[in-house]
Amino acid sequence: MGRSLWTVIRRDLRLALRQGSDSLMVVTFFVLCVVLFPFGVGPESGVLERISAGILWVTALLACMLSLDRLFQQEYEDGSLDLLTLSPVPLPVLVLGKVVAHWLTTGLPILLAAPVLAVLLHMNGDGFAVLVAAMALGTPTLSLIGAVGAALVLGARRGGVLLSLLVLPLYIPVLVFGVSAVDAAVMDFGFRAQLLILGAMLLGALALCPWAAAAALRQAVD
Amino acid sequence: MSTQPIEPPVEAAALPSAPSPAAPLFAGQGLGCIRGDRVVFRGLNFACQPGDALLLLGRNGSGKSSFLRVMAALVAPAAGQLLWQGQPVQDDREAHGLRTRYLGHADAIKPVLTVAENVSFWVRLWAPETSDVEAAVHQALELFDMGRLADVPGRFLSAGQKRRVNLARLFAAPGQVWLLDEPTTALDKASIAVLEDQIAAHRARGGIVALSTHTDVVLPAARAFHMEDFSPHREGLTENDDDDSAFGWTEG
Repeated sequence: MGRSLWTVIRRDLRLALRQGSDSLMVVTFFVLCVVLFPFGVGPESGVLERISAGILWVTALLACMLSLDRLFQQEYEDGSLDLLTLSPVPLPVLVLGKVVAHWLTTGLPILLAAPVLAVLLHMNGDGFAVLVAAMALGTPTLSLIGAVGAALVLGARRGGVLLSLLVLPLYIPVLVFGVSAVDAAVMDFGFRAQLLILGAMLLGALALCPWAAAAALRQAVD
Repeated sequence: MSTQPIEPPVEAAALPSAPSPAAPLFAGQGLGCIRGDRVVFRGLNFACQPGDALLLLGRNGSGKSSFLRVMAALVAPAAGQLLWQGQPVQDDREAHGLRTRYLGHADAIKPVLTVAENVSFWVRLWAPETSDVEAAVHQALELFDMGRLADVPGRFLSAGQKRRVNLARLFAAPGQVWLLDEPTTALDKASIAVLEDQIAAHRARGGIVALSTHTDVVLPAARAFHMEDFSPHREGLTENDDDDSAFGWTEG
């Protein structure tokens, strides 16, 4: 089973690398959106500093969502999904493999870009480490929840719009605790509780989402 | 809306009731399938022993593909049951996946992966115990004279070559049951001959083949299913004539 997981991860990573533009686009979107904010709200460092955590998290959420449609859409269209469904490996394991690969190609680059952009937004240096930690816990949750949404909208017309309606409300808890962890760190409060809750959400999503997505995929194939 | 009469079934009609000496390895009882609001087929029975072949015949839209998808457990039957050694297939989907290979209309070939990568991924997934994946892939590709294309990305393949890669995938990780949906589409004569040879070898090993086709495929001693026999409206009536409740077939 572990080997099958690795097989799927490796294949999806290879696909993402060969079609490099996809994951590059996600990071570029993330960077560009964040850079827009100083133009929009003005260059006052006080204002930017105050809202920096919120900007980074909201933009990360949107960037992650933007990349979700390629998680299963291509597999669905070219018939690979039939064959994946009809394999000796439990479907939730395959879903997990695809989600891991998705996170490595979208969540991880966002995570790496976030501290650099935080400098741009004048974020207090105390927040950097917590920002990275919170994103390390939060972005995999985004990928997992997103996988359920992406599986549910397969075959639907205008799936992309539907996907955002489905998934964005579910992202709110991650957003709330992600932002409040960074804010707490910047203001010298305890941030351990927020990180623990983010970790708990990740574990919960890890336990539930692959199964939910697998059930939705079977529905899409049917 | 065709006025052309459908060929009356000859030997196929007697098929479902034909008793088999032992309990069948792979069987379906009273299978029914609904796509959208339309009943595609109903009351379909089949039973396969090792080495058997089913030939699915019928016009476009007569339910050949749906039947194969039901056999693959990709689509849950609206009525009836699919059994493997007397056990419902739904109880253990992974075991069904291990023994079943399905070849559909879509080619499932990634344009950016090479031919060898396209095949080896599925071999690793379908037959995890394969000791030398590369060798198995190479051997299967050579069957179709595709060895020299092993490093070519999928996007450069022609329709026939894609189909051959799909079949190579099947031969590199052979399961016991092959479900082939019009496998001869876009294939040249030489490749069809290779396919026939492989099917014969597969049956000799005790494998089961179900195959839908419009062209002539040599399948010795295959049992023919005329899908129109199981259609709720035999003359190809219009959608308005659908009335599922009138058929009264039982669920489960």
